[in-house]
This record gives sequence, C-alpha cells and structure tokens, in this order.
Amino acid sequence: MDTPIISVPGGIEGALDRTRPQGKKGTYLEAIHSWIVTVDHKKIGILYICFGLIFLLVAGVEALEIRIQLLVPHSTFLTPASYNRIFTMHGTTMVFLVGMPILFGFGNYLIPLMIGARDMAFPRLNAFSFWISAFAGLLLYYSFIGGLGLAGTGTAPDVGWFAYAPLTERAFSPGHTIDYWAVALIANGIGSIGTSINILATIFCMRCKGMTLLRMPLLPWLYATVAFLVLVAVSPLTAAQAMLMIDRYLGGHFFDTQAGGSAILWAHFFWIFGHPEVYILVLPAFAFANEIIPVFSRKAIFGYPAMVAASVGIGFISLGVWAHHMFTIGMTSVGNAFFTLSTMIVSIPTGIKTFNWLATIWGGKLRFQTPMLFSVAFLFQWLIAGLTGIMLSVSAWNWQLHNSYFVVAHFHYVLVGAIVFMIFAAIYYWYPKMTGRMLDERLGKWHFWLMVIGFHLTFDLMHIPGLMGMPRQIYTYEPDRGWTLLNQLISVGGFIQAVAVLIFVYNLVHSYFRGAVAGPDPWDAWTLEWSTQSPPPAYNFAVDPVVASRRPLWDLKHPDDTDSAFE
Amino acid sequence: MSIVPLEHVAGEAEWRMPSRGVVGMASLITAEATIFTIFVVAYLYYIGRDVSGPTPKQVLELPIFNTVCLLSSSFFIWLAEHAIERGKMKAFTLWWSITFLLGAIFLWGTGAEWYQLIVHDHLTVSTNLFGTTFYSLVGLHASHVIIGLLMMLVVLIFSLTKHLRPQHAERVKVLALYWHFVDAVWVVVFTVVYVVGR
Repeated sequence: MDTPIISVPGGIEGALDRTRPQGKKGTYLEAIHSWIVTVDHKKIGILYICFGLIFLLVAGVEALEIRIQLLVPHSTFLTPASYNRIFTMHGTTMVFLVGMPILFGFGNYLIPLMIGARDMAFPRLNAFSFWISAFAGLLLYYSFIGGLGLAGTGTAPDVGWFAYAPLTERAFSPGHTIDYWAVALIANGIGSIGTSINILATIFCMRCKGMTLLRMPLLPWLYATVAFLVLVAVSPLTAAQAMLMIDRYLGGHFFDTQAGGSAILWAHFFWIFGHPEVYILVLPAFAFANEIIPVFSRKAIFGYPAMVAASVGIGFISLGVWAHHMFTIGMTSVGNAFFTLSTMIVSIPTGIKTFNWLATIWGGKLRFQTPMLFSVAFLFQWLIAGLTGIMLSVSAWNWQLHNSYFVVAHFHYVLVGAIVFMIFAAIYYWYPKMTGRMLDERLGKWHFWLMVIGFHLTFDLMHIPGLMGMPRQIYTYEPDRGWTLLNQLISVGGFIQAVAVLIFVYNLVHSYFRGAVAGPDPWDAWTLEWSTQSPPPAYNFAVDPVVASRRPLWDLKHPDDTDSAFE
Repeated sequence: MSIVPLEHVAGEAEWRMPSRGVVGMASLITAEATIFTIFVVAYLYYIGRDVSGPTPKQVLELPIFNTVCLLSSSFFIWLAEHAIERGKMKAFTLWWSITFLLGAIFLWGTGAEWYQLIVHDHLTVSTNLFGTTFYSLVGLHASHVIIGLLMMLVVLIFSLTKHLRPQHAERVKVLALYWHFVDAVWVVVFTVVYVVGR
C-alpha cells in the first residue's frame, strides 16, 4: 500500500497516532493476562470468534461421528446411548457455542468500528457477557465428566437439542446431565442478553457525528434487529429453563404430565425461542453479505431502504411462526393455517433481500476473491434452503416429512449453506483488518471448492432418504431400506467438508505469521472500519470521525464524485 | 485527501445521541418483560388444571394494602427523580427513603403471605400446579423487588453520606425506570393471580 494510513473522514490524519506499539514483547503470561482482563471490543470480538471456532471443530468431530455411525446398516461404531449424546451435543454446540459466539464476535468487533465509535456502550458488560458464555461452554462439556457424578465418560445430555418434556423431568432423566444442559443454556442466555443490550445501546447512542440511522452501514442495522430478537426470543428459553430447574430441583410440576403439567407447553416455549433463533443466526449472515457483495461488485448496495425494511420485517414476522415446528403435535386447523401462512410471509422480505443482492451484483465489476465466492455460493444455497422451507411450511406436506432427514437437510442448508458459508466469507473479508495479514488466496480457493463440493454431496443427497422415510436422530437402519448408498455418499461429503475446514484452519494459522501484509484497506472498501490501521489501535480512531453519506470512504477517495452530493 | 463536506451536519453542538443508560435499561426491560410474559402464560394456561388442592379461591386473599404501597412508591420515586434534577438533595433523600420503605413493606407483605400459605395452608411449590406457578411468578416478581431494593439502598447510602450529587440524576433516572417496570409488572401479576386466577 502506498498510503500507509487512509485518513479518517474529516481530514484528521495529522492527529493519528503513528507510533507503533513498543517493539518489546511481554512474557506469555502478560499476553494471556491482557486478553483475560481486556474490555476492548476488538479483543473481546476476537475471543468470541476463536471460542466459536474451537467449538466448531469439536461439534464438527461430533458430526463426523454421527456420519461414521450411519455409514453402514447395523453399525456399532457408537453405542445407542452415546449416539443420542453425540447428536444432542452436536446440535446444542453448533447453535449456542459456535453460531452465536462467532456472530456476536463479529458484531462486537465491527459495530463500533463501522459507526465510528471507540468502544461498545458498556465495555465491562461486554467482557462479562463473553466470559459467562465461555463458562457456559465449559459447563456444557464438563457434563461428559460430571453428568453422573464423575463416574466416567459418556454422560452428556441425550435428549435432543430441543429437549422435549417430560423426558427431561427427574423421573426420566436422573443424574445431572439435564442440569448441566439447562444451567449452561441459562448462563449462555444471560451472556447473549447482555451482549444484545450492549449492541442496541451502542448502535443507538454511540454513532459518530453525521452517522444518522439511515446512513449506517447495513450490518449495524441487521445486528440491531438481531439484538432485539435475542431480547424477546432468548428470554423465553431462559424462562423455560428456569421452569425446568424448578421442576427438577424444587419438585414443581410445570412439565410434569403426572400432575397436570403440559409437555406441549414446553414445545411452545422452546420453539418461541427456537424459530427466531434461526433468524438470530441468519441475519448476521445477511449482514456480512450486505457488506461483502457490494465491495466485490464495485457497486453501492441496491435498495438500501428496502433492505433495512426487509431486515426489520423479517425480525418481526419471525416472532410469529414458531408453531410450524409443531404441526404434528396436533393443533387446530386454524392454528395450522395461521402458522403455514405466517411462515410463508417470511419469504416476502427474504425475497426482497435476495433480489436486492442480485441487483447489486447485476452490471457490477465482479471480483471473485474468496469472500465473494462464498457469498455467491451463499446466494444459491440460501435460495434452495428457503424453497424447502416453504415446502415444509405447508402443514399437510409437513405431516409427511416431520422429523425426517428432509427436515435435517433443510435446516442444514440454512445453518451450513447460508450461515457457515457467510461466516467463512466474513473471516476471509475481515481477517486482514483483525490481524493485519491477508489470508492465503490459493488455500482459500481450495477451501471454498472442497466446501462447496462436500456441502452439496452431503446436504443435497440428504433430502432423498428423508423423502424415503428415514427419520432424524435414528441410531441405525435396516439394509433393505435402500438408504445405504445415499448415507455413504452423505458421509463422504461430510469428510470432504472436514478436509476443507482443516485447510481453512491451517490457512488461519499460517497466514497469521506468513500472510501478506494487508494495509488498512486491502479490498478498496467504503465503510469506516477500513479507514483505520489493521489491526486498529485500541482507541480505533484518533479523532472521532464525521460522515456525510453511507459510504464515507468512497467520499474520501472520490472527492469529485461524493455520495453525499446525492443524498 | 480532502475534507468531506459537512453541510448536512448543521451546527457542531446539535449531534445528540440518546442516553446509553436509558437505552440499555429499556433493552433489559424488554428482555425481562418477555420472561414475565412466559411465566404469566404458564400461569394462565394452568389455571384450574390442578389434580389436587388447595385452589387459589381457598387460600389467596387480595393483597390490597401491599398493592397500594408498591404502586404509590412509583409516585414517590418520580418525585425523587424531579428533586435530584432540580438539585434539591434533601427532598431527594426524603422521597427516596419513602420509596425504599414502601418497597420494603411490600416485600414484607409478600413474605407474610407466603408464611401463611406455607405454614397454615400447606401450599408449597411442589404441592400442585397452582403452587408451582404461583410461587414461580410471584417469586420472580419478588426477586425483582429485592434487586430493586438493594440498588435503591446503595443510592440511599450514597445520598445519606452526601456522595450523591445532582449530576448523577441520569443514573438515578435509569434505576427509577427499572423500579417503574417492577411496579408495572405487579399490575399484571395482581390481575392474573388475584383477579383472573381466583
């Protein structure tokens, strides 16, 4: 880079602190200490992301164990009991310890930088939220050791990630496995709610001068929606877990069907959380796409106000669709019709977003670097995930396919095809900002293509055994069902994805030491985070930036053709 | 690199953002309101589904005095907010103490009610669905009262030791917001538990 530092809008480059940190490095102990006591939003963001990536590997290994078990009929690779534990832990880990931490990590890192703030609104609350979430992760995994009182391994929760009552009641789940699960999720929920409060307060109160709500990049808008969803959707889970603990420890009867309690109420409470949770996870993926696609198409995002309205609309509609997870539980036909229709309505704002992304790409000068590759794959895969979602929202169709591998394929298309792909895109895109080094492009392409091939081999084919009647969470199957070959191909795809992820991890570590130096703005982007050094100093901006349009760096790079002239 | 035109930003001093304390507290209240909603839904859903007694009609009495105490405390905390905004610290201490006292009376009243229910009516959290939902919902509210009282006590100590100054008005306002929420929730709990549920 010719110019080492791009000036912050407002022409304050003279005030930037150009002194590099002292060359002397502290001891490892000091370094660890500085990460543990930090309240800096960037360090906490990176901690969140690393925490999530570690658990991604753990939960990935669990997924491979499931795939090995299903490789051949009558396999005994795992015992039935440990199989139940593995798929429960896989689901719980992926949602609570991988998805949410990584997404919160990016939110933490990017929101203050994008809105021109020096930190989050409540830095200490931020640190507290991270550490209680980290504690929740350790607590959940400690159940492998302590679930039945240090008796040995294999005592993790085994009730599925939705943990339907009354299976979780004392009578059916003795020992402490469910307690570890419930307490870990309550602790994790407290951390999520703390972070969400922080995100909302940051976005509404910490914007730099000139950054009106409609000049914010779309990423903070989507994170504001996510934070609101966490407040109103994770809280019901916390409340339901509290009820479960009252049942288990104080002899209460909330979900005790013997004493008049209701199993269906748990299902409602869980899915009131569970469905918005999908949007809590996918909206940040949209947010990454909103930032990455315009930069690699060399065009401003198409239809900014429509994107904002669609995102907020998705947030609100997603609060009223939860019972489409419960069609087979036996609701009235009015209930079925309502949740079918409300679910279908989500596809309208989602469609608006998809068309806007396409319109952004249309006629653009495309650069197919790794972040863009993942984003394009995301667009296709998200479309298919949405279409199978509409199929499943039809209650009559749902009765046929509920709890089959078709459903598993559908939600993995969302969770992997959309969310994980966009997480990879985001890491390739913002890794240079976080570390000051570029990720290796050649390894990135290997990672991308292996991931795409593995993903489609696994999850395209997974729809078929579902249509043939293979139920989810099944321990093994008979050889005469015709599922064997499909399951073997699905497993092969799983291993290809594992190889892709290993290449990615190698790339992360290798590029940290050997990667090309990135400079402040390697992608020629337009949002404020690229105006400061890579990695940014602790104070982010030496002088508070002032912005006059949605693309402050564009204005700065093109003073003769500023966006602000057209606002 | 030139300076970005700033015509849109009219006047340096006019860039004002809302208070992060208020936004943060409003967000917390949103989350808490959802938690209460779930417990209220459970309470309403389980009304009359007990397989054994005692029923709410047999044992619950209307806590009128308690309710008056708690709801009027919202008025006194509002007076206290106004006093500190105007720098009248003596008046603030007076109104704040009254608020604290009224909250404490409410808590004592709840304690007395629970003593009556547990010792004389033999209703515990494990007796039946009514016991489970009643103690959970009222207990959830009472625990919020306890947290509010603890925080108010801290402010009261600061106020009595003259460490509280008018520039802390905004923080006091944030705490008052929480207390108003606790009072508002009681209106719902009262209606659900003592009016609808009885």
